[in-house]
Amino acid sequence: MGPVDYIPRIRDNYARLGYKAYNWVVNPDIAPWAPLPKPLSQCRLGLAASGGIYVTGQVAFHYKDDASLREIPTDVDTKDLRATHFAYDLSDARTDPNVVFPIDALRRLVREGFLGGLASRFHTFMGGIYSSRRVTGDLAPRLTARFLEDGVDAVLLVPV
Amino acid sequence: MGLVARHAEAAGIPTLCMTSARDITRAVNPPRAAFLDFPLGHTTGKPHEPDLQRRILVEALSSFETMTAPGSVKELPFRWSEDEEWKAKAFAEGDERTPRHDTPQYQDEEDRRRAEEGGSPSCPVCRT
Repeated sequence: MGPVDYIPRIRDNYARLGYKAYNWVVNPDIAPWAPLPKPLSQCRLGLAASGGIYVTGQVAFHYKDDASLREIPTDVDTKDLRATHFAYDLSDARTDPNVVFPIDALRRLVREGFLGGLASRFHTFMGGIYSSRRVTGDLAPRLTARFLEDGVDAVLLVPV
Repeated sequence: MGLVARHAEAAGIPTLCMTSARDITRAVNPPRAAFLDFPLGHTTGKPHEPDLQRRILVEALSSFETMTAPGSVKELPFRWSEDEEWKAKAFAEGDERTPRHDTPQYQDEEDRRRAEEGGSPSCPVCRT
């Protein structure tokens, strides 16, 4: 069986519910491209994930147009991670946050020498930001500024 | 997330987007993507299967060294289950999203207490 096509399913569902049709972002251009400057085994990797991960003690995300960021220290204890989100089934992410925030696997890949290292912090937010203007004009620039500050050679991005 | 990827890449930072929604990712067209054909909420693996999670990341991250064309999407060689029955119910009709509360939605009350008391011992400088 081929992959699930989400765009037509969501479009039909919105129509049935009487919601306004969602304007999907379509970029038919050639995407920007920055080549990896050196082998992965020498790269410092950053991570940003939109599954609503936070560390206990931090203020959790709210569900109404929340585009705020949380910093997750890369040496965090995995059992201090929490998940909150309005748009996906959290049951697995709450027992193992690695399903949407692969911190244990990344730390292991550094130990194994597959990756050179990790940024000292990762960045999380809550996806489901329906305004693409808000993402392009606000969220993406804030994240890019943090990646530059973190001095990473490459970034892994994990949506839900 | 594809929009974030395009922005960071344009600023000179190589990016790789994981995805479990191939059609949405193809439309947004990020520089590099790795498609994992799993139910939403499992973009980087199954819970409590660290070896699988590791293999998924190795396959995905290798794209940084092997992809040469902008807009490439690598199909990762993993299946959620033999029968793929999850795909039939991957998208429930109706609106199953949680109401859009504008107050913090904690996983549990202990988290709320800690946040309101002021800061986590593991992360004193990054409450928000």
